[in-house]
Amino acid sequence: METHKIIQVRDLTVGYGTDIILENISFDVLEGEIFIVLGGSGCGKSTLLKHLIGLIPPLSGQIRIDGEDISNCNETTFKNILRKIGVLYQSTALFGSMTIAENVSLPIKEYTDLPQKSVETLVKMKLNMVNLKGYENHLPSEISGGMRKRAGLARAMALNPKILFFDEPSAGLDPVTSVELDNLIIHLNKSLGTTMVIVTHELQSIFNVAHRVIMLDKQTKGIIAEGNPKHLKDHSENPFVRNFFNRKSEN
Amino acid sequence: MDGFKDIQSCQYEISESNNGEITIYLQGRIDSTNASQMIELFGSLIKDRRPVSLNVDLKKVTYLDDFGALVLVELKDMMTAAKGQFNLKNAREEVLFILNSGGLAETPPLIKVRPPSMFIRFGDAILKFAADVKYQISFVGSVCLAFVYSFLHPKTLRMDDTLLYMQKTGVDAIPIVGMISFMMGLIMAFMSSVQLQMFGANIYVASLVSLAMTRELGPIMTAIVVAGRSGSSFASEIGTMKISEEVDALFTMGFDPTRYLVVPKILASVIVVPILTLFSDVFAILGGMAVGVFMLDLTANAYILQTLKTLTLFDILLGIFKSGVFALLISWIGCLRGFRVKGGAAAVGQATTSAVVSSIFLIIAFDSIVAVILTYLS
Repeated sequence: METHKIIQVRDLTVGYGTDIILENISFDVLEGEIFIVLGGSGCGKSTLLKHLIGLIPPLSGQIRIDGEDISNCNETTFKNILRKIGVLYQSTALFGSMTIAENVSLPIKEYTDLPQKSVETLVKMKLNMVNLKGYENHLPSEISGGMRKRAGLARAMALNPKILFFDEPSAGLDPVTSVELDNLIIHLNKSLGTTMVIVTHELQSIFNVAHRVIMLDKQTKGIIAEGNPKHLKDHSENPFVRNFFNRKSEN
Repeated sequence: MDGFKDIQSCQYEISESNNGEITIYLQGRIDSTNASQMIELFGSLIKDRRPVSLNVDLKKVTYLDDFGALVLVELKDMMTAAKGQFNLKNAREEVLFILNSGGLAETPPLIKVRPPSMFIRFGDAILKFAADVKYQISFVGSVCLAFVYSFLHPKTLRMDDTLLYMQKTGVDAIPIVGMISFMMGLIMAFMSSVQLQMFGANIYVASLVSLAMTRELGPIMTAIVVAGRSGSSFASEIGTMKISEEVDALFTMGFDPTRYLVVPKILASVIVVPILTLFSDVFAILGGMAVGVFMLDLTANAYILQTLKTLTLFDILLGIFKSGVFALLISWIGCLRGFRVKGGAAAVGQATTSAVVSSIFLIIAFDSIVAVILTYLS
């Protein structure tokens, strides 16, 4: 059986106004894989992510999530698509006025009709899964950066979305915490089968977690490499790609 | 055996043995779409039949996430509460992983933070107030120092910023101040003319409007508009800079945040608000004149002459002096509230509100003090 293509991107052109950042790119994300979008600074990784989660409409082209075209659908369909995705923002975007538990329970209360007691139990389970047991009543400003990331992750997966998007998950984390987050991502991917789309340029994470990567390029405004990172590291025809994975400079 | 029944994407079958043992066979997906229905359904089952033990068979479950685990946890809790047995059967490894990582393991209950006793809150409020006052005093000090420094080293004054704030606080406010003052003049002339007409003293409308506006209402209305427009924006600007560590960045780059951020704002306000007040006076007199000319059959000439006869230089200077002090108070409290911001977005909102409310209070308080002093002096 062929694996289901959960995200299909066709001839996508993105940019701001007349400033085109990526031109005519196409790729697929398969259900259940950990897919990494990488590239040098300023190549449009985060912009691409904002398009994939429907924050910015594309200049042209199509983005299909679970079969639905997100840039060209009605309100109800779009709401349904949003239920299928969760996003961990770079700065976590936890609500500063709510405790960690309230942050996580917000979408659960909104979208399910579980009784209050069950919501509490569920929130505790979610926080256990990201190793934040005991921090339920803390405010986001009272915990460390790594904990905030994990709390943000707990909130992003509050409704167990089919797809989780990560914007630079390891930015600003120390190597140990960063590896812990990677392991958490792998664990969740295995146990829940969640598709993960990660934007990053952390080489270590890429080799640790990625099933497949695409690499964006600023000059060509397109995808210059696609495939398994371990394979690309040694066998890519493009010297820039090899340099990227081997941490070498141009010359 | 009842046969398989559906709940969304999950099927279940219940078998009951004679010794009070119920087994639920589940198959399919247990996730967020059906968890709450299952909790309700099986919960009422336990309540009705009161089984001695409950077995849940997960052999044919294809997918179970933490919502599914929640169902199992809830069922287990219900059985424990009813002093019954709860067993899981044929749980696959992934399912067990979810259960363990989510924790069928005991977790302490979420602690509801109880509000502390009245005395503690009272004491807390007093301590907070004391800290606030202390900060306000130290802020007055640092503003004074910054001003003295800027006065002695005029080159360090951020001229561009000062001009920008003069434009934002003064020039940009002229339309709204002008319109409000014009209408205030209109209203006052209108109200007083009803009374004065009875004595045939129409001409004194001009005196009343010009005196009241230049001494009291002009400065106050202008100050309230400036508090709403600029005081709030000072507080939110500095507050946001504080949260995003921009104030810290200024500090580590060797800038004095007070000198860099506060001096231009206060200086600009103190210069332009008195000028704005003059505009307000003129527009108010025009408003009064509109009523005088069109409704009270006064000539424009007579109205202006009466106005000039009434007003003394002292009245106008008093209004200007007061509005200068108002400007100082507004920009000072706006910056102060901005620097007190801690935490997140909500704190910025609070600081903005508090900046406007405090400045309006300070304006009225100072005005009352001046009024009392003048009464005793004359």
